[in-house]
Amino acid sequence: MSGMAFEHPLAKYIRPSAIVTANCPGCGNGILAQSILGAIQELGLSLDDFVFVSGIGCAAWIPSPHFFADVLHTTHGRPIAFGIGIKVALPHKRVMVISGDGDLTAIGGNHLIHAARRNIEMTVICVNNGIYGMTGGQLAPTTPLGLTTVTTPFGNVENPFDICELVKGAGASFVARWTTYHPRQILRTAKKAIQKKGFAFVEVLSQCPVEFGRKTGMGTAVQMLQWYKKSSVPLARAQGMSPEDLRDKIVVGEFVNVEKPELMETLAAMRAKAMSAT
Amino acid sequence: MRKEAVLSGRHFMMGNIACAEGALAAGCRFAAGYPITPATEVAERLAERLPVVGGTFLQMEDEIASIAAVIGASWGGLKAMTATSGPGISLMLENIGFALGTETPCVIVNVMRGGPTTGIPSVELQGDVVQPRRGSHGDYQIIALAPSSVQESFDYTVEAFNLAERFRTPVFVLSDAFLGHMREELVIPEEENISIVNRRVFPPEQTGETLPGFLDEDVAPMPVFGRGHKAHVTSSCHDAYGRRNVIDAGALDVFIKKLNDKIAKHRDEIVRVTTDAGGAEVVLVSYGSVFRCAQAAVEAGRAEGLPLGWVKLGTLWPFPDREIEAAARRANHLIVLENNLGQLFPYVQAAAAGRCSVSFLPPRVLGELHEIEDILKAVRGVRA
Repeated sequence: MSGMAFEHPLAKYIRPSAIVTANCPGCGNGILAQSILGAIQELGLSLDDFVFVSGIGCAAWIPSPHFFADVLHTTHGRPIAFGIGIKVALPHKRVMVISGDGDLTAIGGNHLIHAARRNIEMTVICVNNGIYGMTGGQLAPTTPLGLTTVTTPFGNVENPFDICELVKGAGASFVARWTTYHPRQILRTAKKAIQKKGFAFVEVLSQCPVEFGRKTGMGTAVQMLQWYKKSSVPLARAQGMSPEDLRDKIVVGEFVNVEKPELMETLAAMRAKAMSAT
Repeated sequence: MRKEAVLSGRHFMMGNIACAEGALAAGCRFAAGYPITPATEVAERLAERLPVVGGTFLQMEDEIASIAAVIGASWGGLKAMTATSGPGISLMLENIGFALGTETPCVIVNVMRGGPTTGIPSVELQGDVVQPRRGSHGDYQIIALAPSSVQESFDYTVEAFNLAERFRTPVFVLSDAFLGHMREELVIPEEENISIVNRRVFPPEQTGETLPGFLDEDVAPMPVFGRGHKAHVTSSCHDAYGRRNVIDAGALDVFIKKLNDKIAKHRDEIVRVTTDAGGAEVVLVSYGSVFRCAQAAVEAGRAEGLPLGWVKLGTLWPFPDREIEAAARRANHLIVLENNLGQLFPYVQAAAAGRCSVSFLPPRVLGELHEIEDILKAVRGVRA
């Protein structure tokens, strides 16, 4: 095959000037990027149909700068709030937020629950690596109990979030969870999330071998993917299991997929009412 | 309630409402905010009026989200604003820095109240006048206007949008509790007589890869979202194409200086100072609601033969240093009147550069208006 040019089928979606990645070896970002772009391709959509928004942290660097589209790389924790303004200005575009668990659930947790409550049409992909990777392996609100991080040298004593339960409780139309061991499932779920008329939230557990695996002792990228494989329990099976059996398991699947009034539609109706009022 | 965007005609109106009407006249079609005294009437008016003209007001979960949504809407192509008071500005400052760094046009109204901290929401204080200049981290230039009447609350809000669009930058309107709640006559001109500036945008077919959309001292065209420009917009240090560079101090040097020079180079286009000080020995320097006291004191002082004049700073940032210097050359004394402990006073002193004496006079009680007699006493004092 030497001498033959081969172009990756998703290369057309990558910004020409962004050919070098800042991801560490073994990072889950690439698996997830491929699943997201694959979903967009299978839906027959163009990246010009989207505006991508991200916050601060490694996951935020998936669309910024790599996706050849309109991309807003925002301040830490705020991408959803920025995305709300974009969606109001461009209601016919699809706004997709891709950011990390620290960004979306710690510093940005308030925006996450309020966007879910508003049920604004937006796809939010939360890349959950269970750690602050970019700053060097500190505790996140998703770090499993007991794990050692650089800011919990004697082990984490705080309960981690169940992010999907949080977003479900806040009122999202669509909520799902997978891991980077499930790239095809992510792709299929992302297609549904993108098409959802409402707030669609997808949590993806993703390995960070350098800052999570190394510092918590959870191992290499391969070991972490094997952990995801071993620990993942599909929702249907989990429903028949006791809380005791589900401890330390990762329940995966689509938890919520409902139809309910969406903010752009209710805003448009309110505007029509305001205009016709005397 | 009339339904047109521009309510041309004579009104008897509150400053905060005039500010909201100025925004609508300037073409604002998105506002986001969070309730706070004494700024809430701006949001209430926009919530009532924006949907009628096809716009949107969103009450967000906090001020951080408010300014974020405003910036997002601006990248989506809408003119956008928020209105708050000191505590809200303190929360917004990081994202205001984002707007500066990404060159996002937007307007931020601060109806100043008595601080620090929660302070007194309904008492006016010119306590936040340096905050726009230095409040967000890093080194930058900002534009801030200070209306001194209900008419100027309207006019300066229109001007704030025009400057934001012209220079692709956040612009502050520094009102205060006194001005925001004061009612006066307001004349809104016919729509065709209101000068409106719209941002320069990317030509069709150009992408962020083919045309620089950032870091031009003469203001780059904006690659507004949703039009296929594939813009990469980051508040990280970036080059003229928006490409992130977080390893090179040389890139940071260019990033900071270009953003700075974009405002500094055009300061004459921005700065507005009015004076009535021909041949006056003592000149009162003031801005905002305090100007009303200065104006009244000059009138009263002249009636008793005092050689008095005034300088009104309509623009606080970029600081009108050249105009202050010119006033200092002509006068023997400048007296700076502010309703604070002297926030702009050192800037006036620096600009006057020893050309005349410069003194400072706060009101007797912070948060109250200057007594005319106190001002005249200070005038007699500097002449003695």
